[in-house]
Amino acid sequence: MRHFIVVGILTIIASVLLYLGLSAAHLMPVAASAQAVPIDWMWNLILIVMSFFFSLIVVPMGYSLIVFRRRRGETGEGAHFEGNTTLELFWTAIPLLIVVSFSVLGARNLAQTLARNPQAPVIKVTGLQWSWRFEYPADPETGLVVVSDQLHIPVGEQVLLRMTSSDVIHSFWVPEFRVKQDLVPGRFTELTITPTEVGSYKVRCAELCGTSHYSMEKPVVIQSQADYEAWMAGELEKAKLASSSPEGFGQLLVQQNGCAACHSITGGTLVGPTWLGLYGSQVELSDGSAVTADDAFIAESISNPQAKIVKGFESVQMVQYAFTPDELSAIVAYIKTIK
Amino acid sequence: MKNNSLGRAFLLLVIAGAIGYGIGLGIDFSIRGELKLSASVPSAFALLFSFTAFFFGLYGYRGITRGLVFQVVGTVIGAALVTGIRALMGLESIGAFLFTEPAWVFGALVGVISFFFGVGVMTDWVKWARGIDTPDHHEDEPGWQKYFGVSLDHKVIGIQYTVTALFLLAVGGTFALIFRTELAASGLDFLTLDLDVFNQNGPQLYNTLMSLHGMIMIVSILLGISGIMNYVVPLLVGAHDMAFPRMNAFAYWVAVPASVLLLLALILGGFDTGWTGYPPLSSRAPLGVQMFFLGVFTAGWSSILGALNVIATVVRMRARGMTAMRMPILVWASVATSIIALTATQLIGLSFQLVMFQRLFGMGFFDPGKGGNPVLFQHLFWFYSHPAVYVFVLPGLGVISELLPVFVRKPLFGYRWVAMSSLGIALVGFVVWAHHMFTSGMNEYLRVPFMYSTMLVAVPTGVKFFSWVATMWGGKIETPTPMLFVLGSIVVFLLGGVTGPPNAMVALDLHLHDTYWVVGHFHDTIFGGFVFPFFAAIYYWFPKATGRKMNEFWGKVHFWLMTPSFFALTLGMMFIGLRGMRRRIVDYDPALGFDGAHLFLTVCAFLIAISILIFFINFFRSIKHGEPATGNTWNSRSPEWQVPSPMPAHNYEVPFEVVGEPYDYGLPGSKFVEFAAKTAGKH
Repeated sequence: MRHFIVVGILTIIASVLLYLGLSAAHLMPVAASAQAVPIDWMWNLILIVMSFFFSLIVVPMGYSLIVFRRRRGETGEGAHFEGNTTLELFWTAIPLLIVVSFSVLGARNLAQTLARNPQAPVIKVTGLQWSWRFEYPADPETGLVVVSDQLHIPVGEQVLLRMTSSDVIHSFWVPEFRVKQDLVPGRFTELTITPTEVGSYKVRCAELCGTSHYSMEKPVVIQSQADYEAWMAGELEKAKLASSSPEGFGQLLVQQNGCAACHSITGGTLVGPTWLGLYGSQVELSDGSAVTADDAFIAESISNPQAKIVKGFESVQMVQYAFTPDELSAIVAYIKTIK
Repeated sequence: MKNNSLGRAFLLLVIAGAIGYGIGLGIDFSIRGELKLSASVPSAFALLFSFTAFFFGLYGYRGITRGLVFQVVGTVIGAALVTGIRALMGLESIGAFLFTEPAWVFGALVGVISFFFGVGVMTDWVKWARGIDTPDHHEDEPGWQKYFGVSLDHKVIGIQYTVTALFLLAVGGTFALIFRTELAASGLDFLTLDLDVFNQNGPQLYNTLMSLHGMIMIVSILLGISGIMNYVVPLLVGAHDMAFPRMNAFAYWVAVPASVLLLLALILGGFDTGWTGYPPLSSRAPLGVQMFFLGVFTAGWSSILGALNVIATVVRMRARGMTAMRMPILVWASVATSIIALTATQLIGLSFQLVMFQRLFGMGFFDPGKGGNPVLFQHLFWFYSHPAVYVFVLPGLGVISELLPVFVRKPLFGYRWVAMSSLGIALVGFVVWAHHMFTSGMNEYLRVPFMYSTMLVAVPTGVKFFSWVATMWGGKIETPTPMLFVLGSIVVFLLGGVTGPPNAMVALDLHLHDTYWVVGHFHDTIFGGFVFPFFAAIYYWFPKATGRKMNEFWGKVHFWLMTPSFFALTLGMMFIGLRGMRRRIVDYDPALGFDGAHLFLTVCAFLIAISILIFFINFFRSIKHGEPATGNTWNSRSPEWQVPSPMPAHNYEVPFEVVGEPYDYGLPGSKFVEFAAKTAGKH
C-alpha cells in the first residue's frame, strides 16, 4: 500500500511540474487571429491531459525499475499475479469517457473556428507553383480588381478566403493564425480568418508542391483600416497606371502571377532561366539547337513551356499559363525592358 | 573462407561498378552528344553491375546473383521491346533516361518477373505445373551461403528478411543524414539550385531523398516485422515451418527486386512527391516516380503473401493444447498485423497503379481536367497507409509484451486484455484514415466522425500501457540489453502515443498538420513501436539463431547513445513544428530563428547513426566471436528456449504439448510446454 501512495503522489507532482514547464515554455507562436483562440484553449487542455498520462505511465515504470529491480545476489521470481478484471475495466472505461468527452469538445471547438459571418468580404486565392495570387473584391466605384501576391487584411475584419489551385495541391498556412486549408485544383475550398493583431506575417505553403515548395512564402500584412485603405488606393492607382502602357501592364501581370519565384530579372539562376538580357539573345535548347528569343518564342514559352526547353532546365516542368494574346504581348513588352 | 569471398565480393563490386559506369557513360554520350558525369544512365548501370558483381563474388552465379542478372536482362529486353514497337509506330522512342517512360515501366515489370525465375523461387511451381514431383523439404547447404539463395526454411527466410531490413535501414538512414546535414543551417548549402545530379537540382534531389527515406524505411519496417514473424511465430506455435514454405520464400524474394526499383527511382530522375505520392504532383513528377510506384506495388505483394502465410500457420499448425488464449502474445500481435496487411495493402497498390495508368495511358482518375478527383486518391491511399502504421507497430508491441515478463519474472498482466487490444487497435485502425485529410478539402463536418474514431484508438493502446506498467509492478526486474530496448520502446512509444490525440482534435490539427510536430510524433510511434522492439528482438533471439550472444557492453552503449539522442531529436522536431516549421522543405526562412534548433537536430541524428553503426559492428562480429550461448539464455518459459541453440534445421525434433499458461513466471512447478518422450516419433 505504501508503494501505491508514494507512486500516486509522485505521479501527481510529475504531472503538475510537466504541465507547468510545458505551458511556461510558450510552445505556440503568437496568436494573431480570432480562430487561434479556441485552438490555443484546446492546446492548453490537451497539454494537461498529455502531462498527466505521460506521468501516469513513466513514474510507476521508473519507480518499479528502482524499487522492484533484482538486487545483487537476489534469486527467485516476481510476485505471481496474472491480472485484475476490475482494474482492466476501470482503465478501459475511464479513458473511453475521456476520449468521448474530448471528441465532443473537439467538435464544438471546430465549430468555433469555422464560425462565419455571411457578409464577410471574399478574397479569391490561387496557389501556383510557386507563388500566391490574391484577388481582392472589385472597387465599387471603378470596378477595378486589385490582384497581388501579398495578402492584406484590415485588423479585426473577418474575411473569407475562397481558394483554388492552378496546378498541384497547395496549403494555406499562416502559423500565427493557426488554421490551415489545402488548395485543390478543380474545386474551391474555403477558410475563414479574423486577424486580431497588427503585424507582418507570412503565408507558407504547407503541402509539398514540388521543387520550390520550400520558398512558396508570401507576405501577409495585417494593418489598421486606414493603412489598409491607403494600401488599396495605392494598388488601384498602380493598376490604373499599368493599364496605360503595355510594359506596365506586363510588369503587373508578372508580379500578380508570381513569375519572379522562378525567373530572376537580375541575372541569377533560380528554378528557371533569368530574363535579364533575354530578349533578342540566342538561347540554346536541350536538343542542342538554338533559337532567337523573339516575341513568338517568349509567348510560346509561356503558354506551352514544354515545346522548347532551354538547356540546363530539363528537370523543371513549368506550368502552362492561359494568358490572352494581349496579356502575352504585354509580358513580352515588359521582358524587352529587362536589359 | 568467408573473409576471402567477402574481400573478393567488394573488389568485384568496385570493378563492375566502374565498368557499368563506363558503359553507361558511353551510351549516354552517344545519345546526348556530350559527356556528363552526373547523368542518370551511367549511375544506373553502375548500381546494377556492382550489386550483381558483389553477390557473384560472394556466392557465384546462382541464387540472388542469377536473379539480379535476370532482372537486368529482363528490364533491358522489356524496355527494348516497347522501344521497338514505339519506333515502328513512329512514336518517340528515346527518352531523357535512354528509354521512354512506357518502355522503362514495362521493362521494370518484366525485370521483376524475370528475377523470380532467375533466383529460382518459381522452380518447384514450374515443375509441378509440368507434372514433375519435388521433395517436400529441400535440405539447405550448411553455413552462411544458404542465405543468398532460395531456401524454404522459415528460419533462413526470417534471417534473410531481417538482414535485408537492416540493409534498407542503413540506406534510408543515410538518405536522412544527407538531408539532415543540408538542414543544419538555413539557406541552400550544398543542395543548391545549380547542382545537377541524376537530372535533378538541389531542392529536387532533397525531395527525392526525403521521399525515398520515407518509403525505404517503410519497406525496411515491413521486411523487419516479417523477419521477426517468420523466424519466431513457427517456433512459438511449435510448427516445423510456415504453412506454405514456397510462398514464404516467394514473399521474401519479391522484396529484393522491389528494393532495386526503389533505388533506381533515385537515379532515374527522382521524384518530388513525398512517399504519399499525391496527384496531381505525382502525375507530373519525373520518371523516378514510376519506379517508386512499381517498387511499392511489388513490395506490397511481399506483405500480402507473408500475412496470408502467418494467419494460415497460426490457424492450422499450433501445437497440441495451444488454445487461442494460450498462444504467446507475439502470435496474437502477428495475427492482428497480418489481418491488416492481408486486407488493406491492396489499396495503396491500387491507388499507385491508378496514377501509373493516368501517366501511361492518359486515364484521368485524379485529373480534375478530365473529371477526376485528386482528393479521391487520398482516401484510397490512406485507407491502407493509416492501418499500415498499425502493421508496423503491432508486432513491436507484441515483442514488448512477449519479452517484458521474461525480464520482470512475472506473468504478463491481463493477458486476455493485451491480446484483444491488438485486435481492437487493428479493427479501429480501419476507420480512422481520413484523419490524415482534415485540411484536404473534404466535407468540413465529415471530419468529426473521424475525430471520434481516431480518439478511440487511445483506449486499446492505453490498455497495453497500463498492463505493461502493472506487469513491472512487484517484479524482480533485470535489465540486460534486450530489456533496455523494451523499456526504451515503452517510453518512446508513450511519447508518440500522448502526442497523437492533439492531431486527432480537428481544430488543433489545422495548426499541426504538415509540420515538424507531426514528423516528431510519428518518428516516436515508429521508433517506439518498431525500431526499439526490433533491436530488442534481435538482441534477444540472436543466440537462438547463432548460438552466440551479442556483446552486452556494446549493446548497452548502443542503447544509451541512441535513446537520449532520439528523445532530443523528436522533442526538438515537435518544438519547431509548433513554432511554424513545415514538413518536407529543403530550406527554411531564417527569420523563424530555427538555425540553432536544426543544428542541434542534425547532431542528434548523427549520434543515432553512430549508435546504429555500433550495433552493426556488434551484430556481424558476434556471429563468429560472440560469447557462446546454446542454452536457455534468458531463462525463458517459451518453447524455443527449451531446445539447444542454434535451432535445428526442422525445429523441434519431438513435438511439444502446451500444458500451462505462457507467462506464469513465479508460479512454482508450472510449465508452459512439455516435450513428448524422445521415442514418441516424428511430427
